[in-house]
Amino acid sequence: MNAVISQTGPESRDADCLLRPGSTNCGGCGMSTGLTMLGRALAGEDYSLVIPACCGIVTAGAFPTTSYNVPVLASTFASAPAFASGVAAVNEMNREPESKPPHVICWAGDGGTYDIGMATLSAAAERNENLIYICYDNEIYGNTGGQRSSATPAAAKTTTTPGGKGEGKKEIMEILAAHRIPYAATLSIAHPEDFREKIQRALKMTGFRFFLIHAPCPTGWKTEPAESVELVSLAVRSGVFPLYEIFDGVDYRINVEPDGSDPAGYYSKQKRFRGQEIDLQAVKVSASARLSRLRQLSRLNQEGSD
Amino acid sequence: MNMQLVTGNHAAGYSMSLAGEANRQARGVVCGIYPITPQTEIVEYVARFPFSKGRVIPVESEHSAMGVCIGGSMNGARSFTASSSNGLAYMAENVMVAAFYRLPIVMATVNRTLGPPWNIWADQGDSLMFRDFAWIQFYCDSNQDVADTAMLAFRVAEDPRILLPVMVCMDAFIVSHTSMEIQLATQEQADRFLPPCDIPHHLDAAHPSTTGGMALPQDTLTHRLELDEAMRAVPSVLEEHRKEFREVFGRQVTGAVSAYRTDDADRILIASGTIATTLRDVVDDWRERGEKVGMVRIKMFRPFPTDQLRDLCRNAEKIGVLDRNYSAGTGGIFCHEVRAGFQGQGDRMVQGYLTGVGGGDVVPDLVHEVVSDLTKRSSAGDPVWKGIES
Repeated sequence: MNAVISQTGPESRDADCLLRPGSTNCGGCGMSTGLTMLGRALAGEDYSLVIPACCGIVTAGAFPTTSYNVPVLASTFASAPAFASGVAAVNEMNREPESKPPHVICWAGDGGTYDIGMATLSAAAERNENLIYICYDNEIYGNTGGQRSSATPAAAKTTTTPGGKGEGKKEIMEILAAHRIPYAATLSIAHPEDFREKIQRALKMTGFRFFLIHAPCPTGWKTEPAESVELVSLAVRSGVFPLYEIFDGVDYRINVEPDGSDPAGYYSKQKRFRGQEIDLQAVKVSASARLSRLRQLSRLNQEGSD
Repeated sequence: MNMQLVTGNHAAGYSMSLAGEANRQARGVVCGIYPITPQTEIVEYVARFPFSKGRVIPVESEHSAMGVCIGGSMNGARSFTASSSNGLAYMAENVMVAAFYRLPIVMATVNRTLGPPWNIWADQGDSLMFRDFAWIQFYCDSNQDVADTAMLAFRVAEDPRILLPVMVCMDAFIVSHTSMEIQLATQEQADRFLPPCDIPHHLDAAHPSTTGGMALPQDTLTHRLELDEAMRAVPSVLEEHRKEFREVFGRQVTGAVSAYRTDDADRILIASGTIATTLRDVVDDWRERGEKVGMVRIKMFRPFPTDQLRDLCRNAEKIGVLDRNYSAGTGGIFCHEVRAGFQGQGDRMVQGYLTGVGGGDVVPDLVHEVVSDLTKRSSAGDPVWKGIES
């Protein structure tokens, strides 16, 4: 009974590792690096993952074995925060007195977060469920071969926007901040220390916590796998993907100050933008406007707390 | 004895809540809930219930309501919810997952017409769309039947030989909103009847597994075969638990089918839900005229009680199936199943009648017309629509 729905694997050599050795994921996959960093940040913690339809669940591999060394529940595409709410409720009511319940972490792509899972995510955030939700944002439906999502940036070519996407990316951090959740933060695999610090900060909190990871997808972005980390590093330095955190939806802090790098390199290295007329001036203006706004929100908060 | 005047909705909410409370010594109870007419009172009841170890989560959609139940159940809790009509349609994807994950979730389902056009009255088309989703389905005919079946459902669902979810269905308004004086369970009885909920494949940090990942065709075939084996075990497991139900509650709860005056009947009418109670009276009228008419109520639609029907109808020459549901272009869904069950069982006529589709009243006069038609008929034809004004 239940032979097929539950995949197990050999006892891991390292009880603290999230991913067991061996994976069929693409080279340079930012999601895979993110999982490794997440596992390190969570070493010694008791937790389970809820993963909707996305590359994250394919990572487990096929029955009867799994790459994951923690309990994983696969959810339907739109349902990760709903499944996770049920899991977390049972953890809470069965926890030992004076101890925290095991963590429940949703690990979802941008399709499952920005698009089909938006209502479920918003509802779980509004209920302030005791969950950590991590979106690895590769700006594309990667698992299905690279279609447009509402996280795809303007001008990027996808299989459903062959002429380049006409619209910009949805500002999901602002949407989550508007829920006034205890904590929301962006993460980059180019900044592992910042990554770990913020995950560990979130572990000490309760309630709904949201992370957005900029996760390069060489297959979808048409980039060199070896350049994945360099690309997202450039995104941080140029202000295309700033690293910051938001407490209670209002208290902003910039974690890594951009150094004013030219975003031209970020675009020119990705064939998804090739042949597109990228208005680099507009990109710079937009990145700088976002930064000014973040600085302003951070300063407002500092002034408020003085 | 705990006699109370309650609606069908109250009966469902009451029994399921007692069942949830009965798991307080184990991992508790978790329910995802969302309102829709005419089941809303059920989830309102559940939301008010003072569980000692439980959480009721009012979510943003039926899809998430079942999602919460799946997460709770997969983490070892008892879990249940309720829905109706388009709400069930919206929930569909996770309804399937609950069964395919072998989770013993119970769902009270108030059968309401699917829209458009928007119509809140009784029709079984909503729950019957899940006939291939590996859920056990019971169609209740009264408030007492709802109260008892909602309790029995947990025992069957959580049986280690089964581990399948159960829908406890009732006709909109005719049962859901009509008050009857019935016997309700006490918490002590529920505690005695329901062992702690044990889900063998629940999430376990000591033995990490991935539930619901990829499986290749051969393994998926095994999964489906296991679903089939569990479904086939339901009839005998149901009988075991009905006996225990009687011991604990001191009353009988109807099983897969119930028969009335079928022994020597040459004509047998088959129906489910409240239509079956009307049939019973009509059968008496025909018997008074010396006509050998009987009736069978199908309570359990999945698994379909083919063997029992064959046995009960062994002497009948003609069978008339009354369906309060409709599969476009093909007729009533219970009729399909009955006809399939009698395939190769001699040349017995099975005629379908569409009665009360879209919520119309199925009154005795209408059923008399059905019996007259069946009596006159020499061969089965297209389904006969009843209740259409000419």
